[in-house]
Amino acid sequence: MIVERLKRYWRIIRRPSLHFSLGFLTLGGFIGGIIFWGAFNTAMELTNTEAFCTGCHEMRDNVFAELKTTIHYTNRSGVRAMCSNCHVPHNWTDKMARKMQASKEVWGKIFGTIDTQEKFQAMRLELAQHEWSRMKANDSLECRNCHQYESMDFTRQSVRAQNMHTTYLASKEKTCIDCHKGIAHQLPHIPPGSGPSDTPGQIVPKSASAAGS
Amino acid sequence: MKIRCLVLIALGLLAASAGAQPPPAPAHVDAARGPVPIPETTRPPLLRNAVNDDQRLKRNYDMQPPVIPHRVDGYQIDKNFNKCLDCHARAKTEFSGAVPVSATHYIDRSGKVLPQISTRRYFCMQCHVAQEPVQPLVGNSFRGIAAAPAPAAKK
Repeated sequence: MIVERLKRYWRIIRRPSLHFSLGFLTLGGFIGGIIFWGAFNTAMELTNTEAFCTGCHEMRDNVFAELKTTIHYTNRSGVRAMCSNCHVPHNWTDKMARKMQASKEVWGKIFGTIDTQEKFQAMRLELAQHEWSRMKANDSLECRNCHQYESMDFTRQSVRAQNMHTTYLASKEKTCIDCHKGIAHQLPHIPPGSGPSDTPGQIVPKSASAAGS
Repeated sequence: MKIRCLVLIALGLLAASAGAQPPPAPAHVDAARGPVPIPETTRPPLLRNAVNDDQRLKRNYDMQPPVIPHRVDGYQIDKNFNKCLDCHARAKTEFSGAVPVSATHYIDRSGKVLPQISTRRYFCMQCHVAQEPVQPLVGNSFRGIAAAPAPAAKK
Protein backbone atom coordinates (compact mmCIF):
# COMPACT_ATOMS: atom_id res chain seq x y z
CA MET A 1 0.00 0.00 0.00
CA ILE A 2 2.56 2.55 1.12
CA VAL A 3 5.14 1.06 -1.20
CA GLU A 4 2.79 1.48 -4.14
CA ARG A 5 2.07 5.07 -3.25
CA LEU A 6 5.80 5.78 -2.97
CA LYS A 7 6.34 4.16 -6.36
CA ARG A 8 3.68 6.41 -7.86
CA TYR A 9 5.33 9.56 -6.45
CA TRP A 10 8.69 8.35 -7.65
CA ARG A 11 7.29 7.98 -11.20
CA ILE A 12 5.83 11.49 -11.10
CA ILE A 13 9.13 12.92 -9.97
CA ARG A 14 11.10 11.03 -12.58
CA ARG A 15 8.80 11.95 -15.50
CA PRO A 16 9.81 15.00 -17.55
CA SER A 17 7.58 18.05 -17.12
CA LEU A 18 4.75 18.29 -19.70
CA HIS A 19 3.33 21.75 -18.94
CA PHE A 20 6.26 23.91 -17.80
CA SER A 21 9.17 24.96 -19.93
CA LEU A 22 12.72 24.14 -18.97
CA GLY A 23 13.46 27.88 -18.62
CA PHE A 24 10.55 28.39 -16.24
CA LEU A 25 11.57 25.44 -14.10
CA THR A 26 15.20 26.53 -14.01
CA LEU A 27 14.53 30.20 -13.27
CA GLY A 28 11.66 29.39 -10.94
CA GLY A 29 13.78 26.92 -9.06
CA PHE A 30 16.58 29.45 -8.85
CA ILE A 31 14.40 32.32 -7.59
CA GLY A 32 12.47 30.01 -5.29
CA GLY A 33 15.77 28.78 -3.91
CA ILE A 34 16.93 32.31 -3.18
CA ILE A 35 13.67 33.16 -1.44
CA PHE A 36 13.74 29.95 0.57
CA TRP A 37 17.35 30.41 1.56
CA GLY A 38 16.87 34.02 2.57
CA ALA A 39 13.78 33.23 4.58
CA PHE A 40 15.47 30.27 6.21
CA ASN A 41 18.49 32.27 7.28
CA THR A 42 16.38 35.20 8.42
CA ALA A 43 14.30 32.89 10.57
CA MET A 44 17.47 31.28 11.86
CA GLU A 45 18.95 34.67 12.74
CA LEU A 46 15.71 35.58 14.49
CA THR A 47 16.25 32.70 16.89
CA ASN A 48 19.67 34.21 17.67
CA THR A 49 18.29 37.49 18.98
CA GLU A 50 18.18 38.38 22.62
CA ALA A 51 14.48 39.16 22.37
CA PHE A 52 13.87 35.57 21.25
CA CYS A 53 16.02 34.04 23.98
CA THR A 54 14.49 36.11 26.74
CA GLY A 55 11.01 35.48 25.42
CA CYS A 56 10.85 32.51 27.76
CA HIS A 57 10.59 33.20 31.46
CA GLU A 58 13.03 30.35 32.09
CA MET A 59 15.79 32.37 30.42
CA ARG A 60 14.61 35.85 31.35
CA ASP A 61 14.24 35.25 35.08
CA ASN A 62 17.23 33.00 35.66
CA VAL A 63 20.23 33.16 33.40
CA PHE A 64 19.50 36.51 31.76
CA ALA A 65 18.89 38.15 35.12
CA GLU A 66 22.28 36.88 36.26
CA LEU A 67 24.02 38.05 33.10
CA LYS A 68 22.85 41.61 33.74
CA THR A 69 25.16 42.00 36.73
CA THR A 70 28.27 40.83 34.91
CA ILE A 71 30.85 42.60 32.79
CA HIS A 72 29.59 40.92 29.66
CA TYR A 73 26.35 42.88 29.93
CA THR A 74 27.46 46.23 31.28
CA ASN A 75 30.96 47.70 31.20
CA ARG A 76 32.91 50.88 30.53
CA SER A 77 33.17 50.59 26.76
CA GLY A 78 29.64 49.37 26.11
CA VAL A 79 30.65 46.31 24.12
CA ARG A 80 28.12 43.69 25.00
CA ALA A 81 27.80 39.99 24.48
CA MET A 82 24.32 38.61 24.04
CA CYS A 83 23.18 35.03 24.52
CA SER A 84 23.95 33.79 21.03
CA ASN A 85 27.47 35.28 21.01
CA CYS A 86 28.55 32.70 23.53
CA HIS A 87 26.03 29.92 23.15
CA VAL A 88 25.66 29.59 19.37
CA PRO A 89 28.64 28.85 17.13
CA HIS A 90 29.21 31.37 14.33
CA ASN A 91 30.31 28.80 11.80
CA TRP A 92 27.28 27.77 9.70
CA THR A 93 27.48 23.98 9.99
CA ASP A 94 28.23 24.15 13.70
CA LYS A 95 25.35 26.58 14.10
CA MET A 96 22.97 24.19 12.35
CA ALA A 97 24.16 21.35 14.56
CA ARG A 98 23.59 23.47 17.65
CA LYS A 99 20.15 24.55 16.45
CA MET A 100 19.15 20.94 15.93
CA GLN A 101 20.37 20.15 19.41
CA ALA A 102 18.27 23.03 20.65
CA SER A 103 15.13 21.15 19.64
CA LYS A 104 15.66 19.35 22.93
CA GLU A 105 15.28 22.71 24.61
CA VAL A 106 11.97 23.25 22.82
CA TRP A 107 10.89 19.89 24.22
CA GLY A 108 11.96 21.04 27.66
CA LYS A 109 9.99 24.25 27.24
CA ILE A 110 6.82 22.40 26.18
CA PHE A 111 6.97 19.93 29.04
CA GLY A 112 8.16 22.46 31.62
CA THR A 113 11.43 20.76 32.54
CA ILE A 114 12.75 23.91 34.22
CA ASP A 115 9.61 26.02 34.47
CA THR A 116 10.19 26.90 38.11
CA GLN A 117 13.30 28.28 39.72
CA GLU A 118 13.57 25.21 41.96
CA LYS A 119 13.54 22.87 38.97
CA PHE A 120 16.10 25.05 37.25
CA GLN A 121 18.41 25.07 40.24
CA ALA A 122 18.09 21.30 40.53
CA MET A 123 19.11 20.81 36.88
CA ARG A 124 21.59 23.60 36.81
CA LEU A 125 24.78 21.60 37.23
CA GLU A 126 23.84 19.22 34.43
CA LEU A 127 22.94 22.08 32.09
CA ALA A 128 26.15 23.90 32.97
CA GLN A 129 28.21 20.80 32.36
CA HIS A 130 26.73 20.51 28.87
CA GLU A 131 27.94 24.00 28.07
CA TRP A 132 31.33 23.45 29.70
CA SER A 133 31.98 20.28 27.75
CA ARG A 134 30.83 21.91 24.52
CA MET A 135 33.23 24.82 25.02
CA LYS A 136 35.96 22.47 26.15
CA ALA A 137 35.56 20.44 22.97
CA ASN A 138 35.76 23.43 20.62
CA ASP A 139 38.64 25.06 22.52
CA SER A 140 36.39 27.86 23.82
CA LEU A 141 35.69 29.02 20.30
CA GLU A 142 32.90 31.37 21.35
CA CYS A 143 35.23 33.12 23.81
CA ARG A 144 37.90 33.39 21.17
CA ASN A 145 35.54 34.98 18.66
CA CYS A 146 36.15 38.16 20.64
CA HIS A 147 39.07 37.42 22.98
CA GLN A 148 41.92 36.49 20.68
CA TYR A 149 45.05 35.10 22.21
CA GLU A 150 47.20 36.74 19.52
CA SER A 151 45.82 40.17 20.40
CA MET A 152 46.24 39.88 24.13
CA ASP A 153 48.67 42.43 25.54
CA PHE A 154 50.06 40.63 28.56
CA THR A 155 51.69 43.80 29.82
CA ARG A 156 48.22 45.23 30.37
CA GLN A 157 47.19 42.25 32.45
CA SER A 158 47.69 41.70 36.13
CA VAL A 159 50.65 39.57 37.15
CA ARG A 160 48.34 36.72 38.03
CA ALA A 161 46.63 36.81 34.65
CA GLN A 162 50.00 37.05 32.88
CA ASN A 163 51.28 33.98 34.67
CA MET A 164 48.23 31.91 33.87
CA HIS A 165 47.92 33.02 30.26
CA THR A 166 51.58 32.65 29.38
CA THR A 167 51.76 29.16 30.80
CA TYR A 168 48.51 27.20 30.75
CA LEU A 169 46.81 29.04 27.89
CA ALA A 170 49.93 29.41 25.76
CA SER A 171 50.79 25.73 26.03
CA LYS A 172 47.18 24.83 25.15
CA GLU A 173 47.09 22.79 28.30
CA LYS A 174 43.98 24.69 29.26
CA THR A 175 41.34 26.59 27.39
CA CYS A 176 39.39 29.66 28.47
CA ILE A 177 36.45 27.79 29.99
CA ASP A 178 38.68 25.71 32.26
CA CYS A 179 39.34 28.70 34.47
CA HIS A 180 36.67 31.20 33.45
CA LYS A 181 33.58 29.29 34.42
CA GLY A 182 30.74 31.24 35.91
CA ILE A 183 31.79 34.59 34.49
CA ALA A 184 28.47 35.38 32.84
CA HIS A 185 26.17 33.35 35.08
CA GLN A 186 26.31 32.16 38.63
CA LEU A 187 27.80 28.78 39.35
CA PRO A 188 25.76 25.91 40.74
CA HIS A 189 26.98 23.78 43.60
CA ILE A 190 29.81 21.70 42.22
CA PRO A 191 30.47 18.44 44.04
CA PRO A 192 34.10 17.88 45.08
CA GLY A 193 36.16 16.52 42.23
CA SER A 194 34.22 18.16 39.42
CA GLY A 195 35.16 21.75 40.17
CA PRO A 196 36.29 24.25 37.56
CA SER A 197 39.97 23.58 38.02
CA ASP A 198 39.87 19.91 38.85
CA THR A 199 37.91 18.42 36.00
CA PRO A 200 39.81 15.57 34.36
CA GLY A 201 40.99 15.78 30.80
CA GLN A 202 42.09 19.38 30.83
CA ILE A 203 44.21 18.95 27.72
CA VAL A 204 42.43 20.31 24.66
CA PRO A 205 42.05 17.69 21.93
CA LYS A 206 44.28 18.65 19.03
CA SER A 207 41.71 17.93 16.32
CA ALA A 208 39.06 20.03 18.02
CA SER A 209 41.41 22.96 18.43
CA ALA A 210 42.53 22.69 14.82
CA ALA A 211 38.93 22.60 13.60
CA GLY A 212 38.09 25.51 15.84
CA SER A 213 40.75 27.87 14.52
CA MET B 1 9.20 93.95 91.42
CA LYS B 2 8.56 91.29 88.90
CA ILE B 3 8.95 93.64 86.01
CA ARG B 4 12.15 95.08 87.42
CA CYS B 5 13.59 91.61 87.77
CA LEU B 6 12.79 90.77 84.17
CA VAL B 7 14.29 94.03 82.93
CA LEU B 8 17.45 93.38 84.92
CA ILE B 9 17.80 89.90 83.51
CA ALA B 10 17.23 91.17 80.01
CA LEU B 11 19.80 93.91 80.47
CA GLY B 12 22.24 91.42 81.92
CA LEU B 13 21.83 89.13 78.96
CA LEU B 14 22.27 92.01 76.54
CA ALA B 15 25.43 93.13 78.31
CA ALA B 16 26.81 89.60 78.33
CA SER B 17 26.16 89.12 74.64
CA ALA B 18 27.54 92.54 73.73
CA GLY B 19 30.63 92.18 75.88
CA ALA B 20 31.73 88.62 75.04
CA GLN B 21 30.85 88.83 71.32
CA PRO B 22 31.17 85.06 70.78
CA PRO B 23 32.09 84.35 67.16
CA PRO B 24 29.35 82.66 65.16
CA ALA B 25 29.61 78.93 65.79
CA PRO B 26 31.79 77.46 63.04
CA ALA B 27 29.72 75.36 60.64
CA HIS B 28 30.27 71.75 61.44
CA VAL B 29 32.53 70.22 58.79
CA ASP B 30 32.09 66.54 58.26
CA ALA B 31 35.37 65.06 57.09
CA ALA B 32 33.68 62.69 54.70
CA ARG B 33 31.25 65.31 53.46
CA GLY B 34 33.56 68.31 53.16
CA PRO B 35 32.50 71.93 53.58
CA VAL B 36 29.29 71.43 51.63
CA PRO B 37 26.21 72.72 53.46
CA ILE B 38 23.84 70.00 54.55
CA PRO B 39 20.98 70.93 52.20
CA GLU B 40 23.25 70.77 49.17
CA THR B 41 24.36 67.64 47.40
CA THR B 42 28.01 66.69 47.55
CA ARG B 43 30.01 65.71 44.54
CA PRO B 44 31.21 62.22 45.33
CA PRO B 45 34.79 61.32 44.40
CA LEU B 46 35.33 59.31 41.25
CA LEU B 47 35.09 55.57 41.56
CA ARG B 48 38.42 53.90 41.04
CA ASN B 49 39.48 50.40 40.30
CA ALA B 50 40.62 48.46 43.32
CA VAL B 51 44.33 47.75 43.77
CA ASN B 52 45.23 44.86 41.48
CA ASP B 53 49.01 44.57 41.69
CA ASP B 54 49.11 41.24 43.55
CA GLN B 55 51.71 42.63 45.94
CA ARG B 56 51.03 41.17 49.36
CA LEU B 57 50.78 43.87 52.01
CA LYS B 58 52.17 43.41 55.49
CA ARG B 59 49.79 43.20 58.37
CA ASN B 60 49.39 46.41 60.35
CA TYR B 61 48.90 44.60 63.63
CA ASP B 62 48.90 41.09 65.00
CA MET B 63 46.00 38.91 63.91
CA GLN B 64 44.94 41.38 61.22
CA PRO B 65 43.16 39.59 58.38
CA PRO B 66 45.50 40.14 55.41
CA VAL B 67 44.03 42.47 52.80
CA ILE B 68 43.29 41.38 49.25
CA PRO B 69 45.80 42.78 46.71
CA HIS B 70 43.62 42.11 43.66
CA ARG B 71 40.22 42.97 42.31
CA VAL B 72 37.31 40.90 43.49
CA ASP B 73 34.51 42.52 41.47
CA GLY B 74 31.62 40.18 40.96
CA TYR B 75 33.10 37.31 42.92
CA GLN B 76 30.40 34.79 43.71
CA ILE B 77 30.30 33.76 47.35
CA ASP B 78 27.07 31.98 48.16
CA LYS B 79 25.91 28.57 49.28
CA ASN B 80 26.69 27.09 45.90
CA PHE B 81 30.11 28.43 45.15
CA ASN B 82 32.94 30.42 46.66
CA LYS B 83 35.09 32.10 44.05
CA CYS B 84 37.86 32.90 46.52
CA LEU B 85 38.25 29.27 47.51
CA ASP B 86 38.44 28.30 43.86
CA CYS B 87 42.08 29.42 44.05
CA HIS B 88 42.82 29.85 47.75
CA ALA B 89 41.48 26.57 49.13
CA ARG B 90 44.38 24.50 50.37
CA ALA B 91 43.66 21.76 47.86
CA LYS B 92 43.85 24.25 44.99
CA THR B 93 46.89 26.34 45.78
CA GLU B 94 49.38 23.95 44.26
CA PHE B 95 47.78 24.53 40.89
CA SER B 96 46.74 28.14 41.30
CA GLY B 97 49.82 29.41 43.08
CA ALA B 98 47.61 31.45 45.39
CA VAL B 99 48.24 32.03 49.08
CA PRO B 100 46.57 29.15 50.92
CA VAL B 101 43.83 29.89 53.42
CA SER B 102 45.14 29.76 56.97
CA ALA B 103 44.90 26.33 58.57
CA THR B 104 42.93 27.90 61.40
CA HIS B 105 40.06 28.38 58.98
CA TYR B 106 39.61 24.62 58.75
CA ILE B 107 38.85 24.26 62.43
CA ASP B 108 35.30 24.53 63.70
CA ARG B 109 34.40 26.19 66.97
CA SER B 110 34.79 23.00 68.96
CA GLY B 111 38.34 22.59 67.72
CA LYS B 112 37.65 19.81 65.26
CA VAL B 113 39.72 19.87 62.07
CA LEU B 114 37.51 19.74 58.99
CA PRO B 115 38.31 18.57 55.46
CA GLN B 116 36.81 21.76 54.04
CA ILE B 117 36.65 25.33 55.23
CA SER B 118 34.71 25.93 58.41
CA THR B 119 31.32 27.50 57.81
CA ARG B 120 32.14 30.31 60.20
CA ARG B 121 35.03 31.30 57.92
CA TYR B 122 33.15 30.85 54.68
CA PHE B 123 32.39 34.48 53.87
CA CYS B 124 35.91 35.66 53.11
CA MET B 125 35.08 39.31 52.60
CA GLN B 126 33.66 39.73 56.06
CA CYS B 127 37.27 40.11 57.17
CA HIS B 128 39.48 40.27 54.07
CA VAL B 129 38.91 43.29 51.87
CA ALA B 130 40.24 44.62 48.60
CA GLN B 131 42.04 47.97 48.70
CA GLU B 132 41.23 51.23 46.95
CA PRO B 133 44.14 53.44 45.83
CA VAL B 134 42.93 56.50 47.77
CA GLN B 135 44.12 58.60 50.66
CA PRO B 136 42.16 58.27 53.90
CA LEU B 137 39.53 60.98 54.29
CA VAL B 138 40.13 61.27 58.01
CA GLY B 139 43.57 61.74 59.50
CA ASN B 140 44.90 58.82 61.52
CA SER B 141 48.05 58.64 63.59
CA PHE B 142 48.03 54.85 63.96
CA ARG B 143 51.44 53.59 62.93
CA GLY B 144 51.08 49.85 62.99
CA ILE B 145 53.70 47.19 63.49
CA ALA B 146 55.40 48.04 60.21
CA ALA B 147 56.55 51.35 61.71
CA ALA B 148 57.35 49.94 65.15
CA PRO B 149 60.97 48.96 65.88
CA ALA B 150 61.66 45.33 65.22
CA PRO B 151 61.74 43.10 68.33
CA ALA B 152 65.38 42.20 67.69
CA ALA B 153 66.41 45.86 67.70
CA LYS B 154 64.77 46.36 71.09
CA LYS B 155 67.11 43.99 72.90
